Amino acid sequence: MSGGVITIVKRELAGYFVSPVAYVFLVIFLLLTGFFTFTVGNFFERGEASLVSFFTWHPWLYLFLVPAVGMRLWSEERRLGTLELLLTLPIATWQAIVGKFVASWLFLALALALTFPVIITVNWLGDPDNGVIASGYVGSVLLAGAYLAVSCMTSAMTRNQVISFILSVLILLFLILCGYNPVTDLLSQWASPQVVQVVASFSVMTHFDAFQRGIVDVRDVVFFASVIGLALFTTGVIIRGLRAG
Amino acid sequence: MIKVENLIKNFGPKIAVNDVSFSVERGEVLGFLGPNGAGKSTTMRMVTGFIPPTAGRISVGGHDILTNPIPAKRLIGYLPENAPSYADMTVQGFLRFTAEMRGITGDARKRAVNRAVELCMLENVLYQTIDTLSKGYRHRTCLAQSIIHDPDILIMDEPTDGLDPNQKHEVRNLIKRMGTNKAVIFSTHILEEVDAACSRVIIIDRGRIVANGTPDELRRRSHLAGAVSVVVSGVTAAELSEALSSIDLVVRVDTLSETPQQSVVRAHPDSPDQKPALVRAVMELVSQRHWQLEDLRTEEGHFDEVFRSITLPDTIKEARQ
Repeated sequence: MSGGVITIVKRELAGYFVSPVAYVFLVIFLLLTGFFTFTVGNFFERGEASLVSFFTWHPWLYLFLVPAVGMRLWSEERRLGTLELLLTLPIATWQAIVGKFVASWLFLALALALTFPVIITVNWLGDPDNGVIASGYVGSVLLAGAYLAVSCMTSAMTRNQVISFILSVLILLFLILCGYNPVTDLLSQWASPQVVQVVASFSVMTHFDAFQRGIVDVRDVVFFASVIGLALFTTGVIIRGLRAG
Repeated sequence: MIKVENLIKNFGPKIAVNDVSFSVERGEVLGFLGPNGAGKSTTMRMVTGFIPPTAGRISVGGHDILTNPIPAKRLIGYLPENAPSYADMTVQGFLRFTAEMRGITGDARKRAVNRAVELCMLENVLYQTIDTLSKGYRHRTCLAQSIIHDPDILIMDEPTDGLDPNQKHEVRNLIKRMGTNKAVIFSTHILEEVDAACSRVIIIDRGRIVANGTPDELRRRSHLAGAVSVVVSGVTAAELSEALSSIDLVVRVDTLSETPQQSVVRAHPDSPDQKPALVRAVMELVSQRHWQLEDLRTEEGHFDEVFRSITLPDTIKEARQ
C-alpha cells in the first residue's frame, strides 16, 4: 500500500538532484535567509540571543520560494503526458498526490536544515533559548508544508508552470495579508473586532506567530495540518475532474 | 480477459465513444482501426482506468475497473499515445521506477529490467537521460515500461508511431509474440500492421464499432476480393472483356489498361470463394482462343479499400455539414 508512496517519494527527490536547479535553489534559499536575517533583520544590532530576525521573514521568503518548488509537481506531469502513465499504475490517486507532496516537503525541510549555521552562530555569541529555536523550526516546516500544499493544488490546475506559480503566489499572499498587522489595522477601522479576528484566524501569520515565541499550540498545528489536508484533497478533486473530462 | 459492455463516453455535448462492446481473450491480438478522432484512444484510456466512462461496464481479468481498479491495473501493461516518459530520468532509472511501482523489487527487479531492455533493444542507451534520446528510443523506452511486469494484458496506443521501418518490424514481431500468451489490444492507422500482427480487427468510426472480424473476413468485404486480372497480348481490351463476360461466374469486368501490344482486364466473381473456379475458367478460355497470356493476378482484397468504404462516407458527410 505505502510501497507506491515511498517509490514516488524516492523518484521525485532524486528528480530534484539530477538537474542543477535543486542546488541553485538551495544556494538562493540560504543566501536570502542570510541576507534577511543579518542585513534586513539587524541580527547583530538587536543584541539579543534569539532567532527572531531569522524566523520573522519566513512567511515572506516562502511566498516565492515554495511555489518555485511546487509549481512543476503536477503541471509537468500534465505537460509531458506522464500523468496518464502514473495514474494507470496500480496505485490510488491519493498515493501519487501524497508521494509527490512529501518528496517536495522533504526537499524544503532539507533546505531549512541547511540553515543550521545560524543556530551555531547564535549559540556561540550568546545563550539563546534553544527550545524557542526548535519550536520556530517546527513552525517553519509546517508553514512550508501549508504553502507547498497550496502550490500543489495550483499546479494541478494548469499545464503551465508559470501560471501555476502566479496563482499560488496570489493565494499565499492572501493567506499572509489577512493576518498581517498593517492590513488588520486597516480592516479594524470599519469592521467589528470579531470580524477582524475571524479573518485573521485564516492567516498563516497568526498561526506562525506563536511558534516564533516558543509556543507549540495544538490549534496552530491543527490549522497548518488542515490547510495541507484541504489543499491536497482539492488537488485530488481537480485531478479527478481532469480525468473525467 | 477484457470484457467491455455498452461503453459510452461524452465530453460535454460531444459523444466520443458510443455504445462500444467487445471482448478480448488470452492469445488474441485485437487491432483497433479508425480515422483520427474516432474514439480509439478514449476507449483505451477507459479500459486502462485513466478516465472513467460515462456509462457502461469494463471488466479486466474479472475485476471491474471502476470499483476495483488496483487489481485490474496490476494485470495491464499500457503504452499511452505519444509514449510519454519522465524526460529527466535515465532509461534504467525510469524502468526501475516503473518496476518498483508494480511491486517488483530486488533481484526480480534487476531481471525484469534486463528482460524489458533486451526485448526493446535499449542496451545502448541504458544510462542516458530520456530527453537526450531520439524519438524511436523514447518510444521503445515507454514500450519497455509497459512490458516490465510481463503483464497478462497489453494495451498499446499506436505502438509503432515514429519508428523507422526496421523498428516497426521488430515491434510488430514483439506484439505477435506477446499475443501468443497474452490478451493484446493495439491501435494503429497503418493498415498493413493489422495484417502483420492481428488475429482480430475492430474498426471504429465516430465512436461506434462499424466492423469486427478477422483480417481475412474484413478483406473479403472488399469489392476486389476474388477478382482475377489478366494481361494478354495481341488482343483488344474490348474483345478480351467480352470473352471474360461470357464466363458464368463473372459479374463485372473492368478494363484496366490497353496498349497496341497488350490489354489488361479484371474480372470480378460473384463471391470471393469462387476465385479458384474463376482462375480455372479464365485459363481454359485463354487456351481455347490460343491467346498469349502474359500475366495473371488474383486479388485478396485490399484493407485500405475496405477501410475507406466503411469510414469514408461518414467523414465526407461530416465535412460537408
